[in-house]
Amino acid sequence: MTALSNLDSSASPSGVAGPDATSKSGTAGALVRKIRTGAPVVPFLAYVILVLGVPTGTIVAFAFRSNTGGFTWSNIHTILGTTPLTEQYRAGFENSLKLAVVTAVIPGILGTVIAYAISTSEHPAFKRIVSATSGVLAQFGGVNLAFMFIAAFAATNGLITGWLNSIGLDPWNHGWSLYKFWGVAFVYMYFQIPLMVLIITPAFAGLRPAWREAAENLGASRWRFWRHVGVPVLTPAILGSMFLLFGSGFSAYATAEALTGGTISITPIQIGAILQGNVIAGEQNVAYALAFAMIVILLVSVVIYAYLRKRTSRWLL
Amino acid sequence: MTLATDTAVLPSADASLPTGAPVVFDNLTRRFGTTTALDRFSLTIAPGELIALLGPSGCGKTTALRVLAGFERPDVGRILVDDKDVSSVPAQRRNMGMVFQSYSLFPNMSARDNVAFGLQLRHQRSAPRRLRASELLDLVGLSEHVSKYPHQLSGGQQQRVALARALAIEPRVLLLDEPLSALDAKVRAELRDQIRAIQQRLAITTVFVTHDQEEAMSMADRVCVMSRGHLEQVDTPAVLYSQPATAFVGQFVGVSSRLPVTRRGANVDALGRDVPIRGDLAGLPTGDLEALLRPEDLDVRVNPGGLGVVSHRSFFGATTRITVGLGGATLKIDVRSSEADELALGTRVDVSVTARDVLVTTPQPVS
Amino acid sequence: MASLELSTLVADPSAIDQPYELDSPLKKRRIRLRWGRGTILIIAAAYFILPFYAGMEYSLQRPTGGFSLTPLSQIASAPGFGAALWLSTQLAVITMLGVMVLMVPTVIYVHLRLPRFRRVMEVITTLPIIIPPIAYSVGVLESAPAWLRNSQYLLAVVYVILAMPYVYRSLDSGLGAIDVKTLVEASRSLGSSWLMTIWRVLVPNLRAALMSASVLTLALVFGEFTIANVDNWQTVPVWIYLAPTDNPRINTLVAMIALLATALVLILIVSLDRSQSRKSRRAQ
Repeated sequence: MTALSNLDSSASPSGVAGPDATSKSGTAGALVRKIRTGAPVVPFLAYVILVLGVPTGTIVAFAFRSNTGGFTWSNIHTILGTTPLTEQYRAGFENSLKLAVVTAVIPGILGTVIAYAISTSEHPAFKRIVSATSGVLAQFGGVNLAFMFIAAFAATNGLITGWLNSIGLDPWNHGWSLYKFWGVAFVYMYFQIPLMVLIITPAFAGLRPAWREAAENLGASRWRFWRHVGVPVLTPAILGSMFLLFGSGFSAYATAEALTGGTISITPIQIGAILQGNVIAGEQNVAYALAFAMIVILLVSVVIYAYLRKRTSRWLL
Repeated sequence: MTLATDTAVLPSADASLPTGAPVVFDNLTRRFGTTTALDRFSLTIAPGELIALLGPSGCGKTTALRVLAGFERPDVGRILVDDKDVSSVPAQRRNMGMVFQSYSLFPNMSARDNVAFGLQLRHQRSAPRRLRASELLDLVGLSEHVSKYPHQLSGGQQQRVALARALAIEPRVLLLDEPLSALDAKVRAELRDQIRAIQQRLAITTVFVTHDQEEAMSMADRVCVMSRGHLEQVDTPAVLYSQPATAFVGQFVGVSSRLPVTRRGANVDALGRDVPIRGDLAGLPTGDLEALLRPEDLDVRVNPGGLGVVSHRSFFGATTRITVGLGGATLKIDVRSSEADELALGTRVDVSVTARDVLVTTPQPVS
Repeated sequence: MASLELSTLVADPSAIDQPYELDSPLKKRRIRLRWGRGTILIIAAAYFILPFYAGMEYSLQRPTGGFSLTPLSQIASAPGFGAALWLSTQLAVITMLGVMVLMVPTVIYVHLRLPRFRRVMEVITTLPIIIPPIAYSVGVLESAPAWLRNSQYLLAVVYVILAMPYVYRSLDSGLGAIDVKTLVEASRSLGSSWLMTIWRVLVPNLRAALMSASVLTLALVFGEFTIANVDNWQTVPVWIYLAPTDNPRINTLVAMIALLATALVLILIVSLDRSQSRKSRRAQ
């Protein structure tokens, strides 16, 4: 097994073979050696290129492909929704972005508050339980979560709806619907809040006791500590996490689909509709443009998240 | 790293009025669950004095400091500063400057803002407090680094900023919690001198916690040796070294060798010589005794018929430490390096005791 | 995208450290803090537990009132469920095998001989998280070859990519916790072949990482809805959504069971991971 025998050459971290392997001389030998060293990761790379790279490349290419095969901006124009016919796509983006922002900011704040409450606890067991629970809840989503919420909050026989009614509260009568925007947002919170707790708890742990004590020693009250030190130090972490939440809320498909039966007008649902055949004739390429736009937006939010993450680690972790 | 010579920078350099306050630890006891961190600990500190709390980890020195700072509450006892009981005053209002072991600078503020923070809390205006902060940073030799952030500073620089920050609020008591432990040896030595110099100039009462006896002995006016929550001995370094009151102090401070001796009234027979016993004879243990001897309390001479054998040599520059095995005891003796040539490994030697008096104690169990 | 942090958490023994809060001398303040904290946590607990309880109650309720466990037995006979379960199981097994065969040798090799490639792998394995599954499926459905396009096993091929981030992070942290180089050198110097070394030395030490990677993959495949739905295959999640049953509570019941199973699975992973890190710490 030549690939495995690569591993035997004097195992130096830079991956360069030892003096015994210089049977081939010069740059040709060096090249051969490099190829031999890199050979074992080829299957992995090949798989990724084929199964991930090609579809993604297809999306990018076809987003700009016209019906005749040439380059065009028309698909992008379509999804920007300037005509009454195509306005739905723009509305879809607006709703998606709104949903993503709402389910990033509100869970961001709530998750931070919960994480703060946890970090001030004196019982390590309690913290572990909450942390594990957050990990579990953050993975809830999709169909299962949707059905659970329907069982709980359905208008007629939802259990919690019934409880609320019995104490005089009736959200359905006040214009709220589980199957519309604010219902979907409400359900999203179920996994967004734990996700926030999960991401931001280490940041609280990274607040050194010495800072708190030094501030107190210099005469700061609890509030002044948070105002001058605690919050400023945590802000990059909190903001960064919100961008992660934004990406999560923006790209979610299953929960919204299962909850609304595909009736809510957000971009992922629209893509799904086109793929399943409910398509306006000649608009197949729109799906690519929509997918392309989603990827771009996700990319931007991940880059911002990564940048803020780096800022955080400078001070905290 | 030079000190500012401008005395106007410093709070009050008037020699007749020490700015430090007297501090009294009065009968402090503090328990954590089943462990007793402080056991009836009492200590009086004179104004302007630098006192070191020295001891192994777990001896209670840090707890004592934190009780003084207000971060811990004692179960029994009180703290007096300037003859006033401050036990129930929250840490926030005690106005004591504290320097922590490491990483206590606020990461989101520059060095200058860190130092000015205490002044900001006291509602000083922006311009005067920035100026004062710059002056203090100049005092600790960091005038080129005022705008730098903590992550851009080395460990030693960070601790100097921390010191400036603590001094900014013009405290009458300065607390140092092992401030040099996390630093390299060379940086540690430099900072040691600088801290001592500043402390003496400002005449601030300073409590310095450390486990490094060299640090304590070289910096402090008095050293308080602690063990398991008790005060073992508090004295000037010289007295502590030459007259350890207990076996613990004798072994913790400086180097000691243990030598079995037999009692002869008020003396002991130490290697054939009668040496007076130091301290109170009444409290002496009965039975077997061992004497604690410093390397300079012993003398060694080559003797082919001697009972001792040189087992080890350590070169320390001007002196050489000779380790001799003699009848089961291991003795460490310092000789001038010029005289050490003939004391090669394996040489047979005679050892004699040259001390004026010795501290005796019960033998240590053989491990 | 949620998954990125979760998978990192899986790799990380515990995100919790010592409390930063202060031992304040004022007891009153402590009690006030405890009340405030308690209120927050109770409200949070209510929001998360109540719907769960509601879901369970709804699915086990008898139309005439009261509860019964008979819906559980009705699941097996529900139309289409058996086929969906079988499909999901097949896909899970194929995906698990595929991702392990692809990733385990690669990650081991990279750890041993190409440490600089680790950075590249980290970036690559983050890509499936950046690209939303719904967008990804657009590209997949277009570019897949016809024979795969019409097969349900296309899902398995794609699921390998979706599982990659978790599996990589699991293996990466598992390998990081054991001293791979030393173990391999010791084994080789005693005369063991490469295959034997991997099989008898590395794999047993990676047991916890392998287990948690497998379990995560399993959970992923059984929970994946987006691509399966868009490609019109009835895996268990799609079945829950689409299948008509005479008793709609059955669908909800299966959903609740799936949620419970997810919870159990993750708790299993966390405890596995902790016992592994304890073991390697003891060995050092």
